[in-house]
Amino acid sequence: MIAAIVEARCTGCNACVGACPTRVLEPAAKVPLIARLDACQTCYLCELACEADAIWVAPGEDDATAPAEPVLLASGQLGQVRRDHGWNAPLDGGQLDDYRLLGPLLREGSEIAARRYAAGRTSEAR
Amino acid sequence: MIASSFLRADVLVVGGGMAAAWAAIGAARQGVSVIVIDKGAMGTSGVTATGGPGHWWVPPDRAAREAAIARQMDKAQGLAERAWMERILDLTWRHLPEIAPFYPFGSNGAGGPYVQGVRGPEYMRALRKLAIAHGVTILDHHPAIELLRDEDGRIAGVHAVALASGDVIEIRSGATILATGGCAFRSGLIGSHTQTGDGYLMAAEAGASLSGMEFSISYSLSPAWASTRTLPYFAARFFDEAGRELDIPPPDAGHSHLQALGRAMLEGPVLADLSDAPPVLEGLLRRIQPLTAAAFDRRGIDLFRQRFAVRLYGEGTIRGTGGIRIVDRDCRTEVPGLFAAGDAATRELVAGASSGGGAVNSAWALSSGLIAGEAAAGEAIIGRQRPAAVRGLGRAGFHPRRGTRAIDRAGAISTVRDRVLSYDRAFWRTRETLESAGHDLESVWTEVADHASGEGRDLVELREIAAMAATARWCNAAALARDETRGLAVRADRPDKDGALGHRLLARGLSQVEVIAEAPVQPREPQPVAA
Repeated sequence: MIAAIVEARCTGCNACVGACPTRVLEPAAKVPLIARLDACQTCYLCELACEADAIWVAPGEDDATAPAEPVLLASGQLGQVRRDHGWNAPLDGGQLDDYRLLGPLLREGSEIAARRYAAGRTSEAR
Repeated sequence: MIASSFLRADVLVVGGGMAAAWAAIGAARQGVSVIVIDKGAMGTSGVTATGGPGHWWVPPDRAAREAAIARQMDKAQGLAERAWMERILDLTWRHLPEIAPFYPFGSNGAGGPYVQGVRGPEYMRALRKLAIAHGVTILDHHPAIELLRDEDGRIAGVHAVALASGDVIEIRSGATILATGGCAFRSGLIGSHTQTGDGYLMAAEAGASLSGMEFSISYSLSPAWASTRTLPYFAARFFDEAGRELDIPPPDAGHSHLQALGRAMLEGPVLADLSDAPPVLEGLLRRIQPLTAAAFDRRGIDLFRQRFAVRLYGEGTIRGTGGIRIVDRDCRTEVPGLFAAGDAATRELVAGASSGGGAVNSAWALSSGLIAGEAAAGEAIIGRQRPAAVRGLGRAGFHPRRGTRAIDRAGAISTVRDRVLSYDRAFWRTRETLESAGHDLESVWTEVADHASGEGRDLVELREIAAMAATARWCNAAALARDETRGLAVRADRPDKDGALGHRLLARGLSQVEVIAEAPVQPREPQPVAA
């Protein structure tokens, strides 16, 4: 769940308010208000929308506890998913150059599981 | 229902995911005015935005396409149509590359772009931009709450709620496309919170049937604390809390994989161990699925070295195949003036009894969107002079059949979710368990239909609950009527296929749910409005 909007970084642009697919946030005087936490689906898309790297989503779907602000600021996690995505990189920035490996890696995982299962069955039969 | 503002468009698209975007683009290219209204925000709404859809992708080579279609026809077990498969392969191949001005296509490793698989957030951002570039007007955070019908019996628009103000807005249209997605019954599946079957409910209130709702046993594995994408988990080994390895058939085993995991999860926590995962995955996961990595980083878990608790998240009709019945090659529904696309529509036409999930589903969403958009534009132009008087078709939440009173909302959602998605019920469907679930679902529906009433945001929430309850009833009734095992519809008490059931099943009705065998497809004539 969305757990923190770091006031020192938030520019009040409200991009997160507009981006949230479940309208968890409402515009407020300075930092957007987390108005409907129960509707948060822990999708991290507000973090992608935040140009100021001010938002931190806690990883649990029922947990909105955040570390203290200094800890968050030092964690390197603010803006991490934007950097990993290459969200603001140019379209020819190569940020998706490994993406074609998703399908093959997924199939490889399936095959590993299938081979292991078949081998287990064989050794049981012996 | 009194609206505080009014808008008009030739084509109205309800929804904000990939099918909605392609529908809007398809319509706008015909030169008509297009409005998209979405409950969420086009760009982040729906399961595509958090996903990474691969598309069914076969070059226009006759032999290659024939082979791909033959494989898919085999999986579909008699319920799909070859001509639809040919169309979606063709449309996907030709149109997906059109997002290039807005999408950072990566390398295919051979000097060209890799097109067939796209990452969700970037894909939906690109589709939003492409829609805007075609002149589409997008209204985010405006959930549609009911369809409007004119005196000729045609759908003429919607009422929606502006979430920012709570005000009701009326949008009149020449043709309307439902691209509202499927229903995951609030399972926690990532991206599915808004997927509550709203379009199914609205279509049914207008007289449409639902097809293929029994094909809804689909789940994805994720950490117990939140649903993520599933790439890292395919090679997982599984352990109980005491450290004993569990005997789980591999993911390819389909239903028996789910049954084994479900049985273990009903007994206690199940831990995944990814030490067998492909070795290169560790270095690549963050580059491919950054949000999946974040779900572990932020709990301080090294997912490749530490075991962690997992559970199965229901995917309902999202990865299932059921949805609003399509009656012609233009994605028309049985209701005049109303079209359906993407997960809102049945995907049996291309997936049959198998999961529409993944590649075929994405190709369907793109193609059905474009098809519906183009056809709706044509119909809107022909019918620009429509009758002025319209009537709202919403019942549950608007007009309680008995006295208005507060209903137990959390209890209603929890009952619906349990009766459809709980592992014991879903993985071991029998006549007896389905009949008992049906009884409980009737009680929830009766409570909502008899007493729920609200306005603004409150009404939106009640409509979501009504839609989930109605969807659950159709899924359950169809599962009972499919007295056999076929594809995704597995019945523990009927393990074999029944040759006499090689047809689609239509579920319909709200006060009374009935399931019938599909008759030959014929669009109905417009019906007069009841007094």
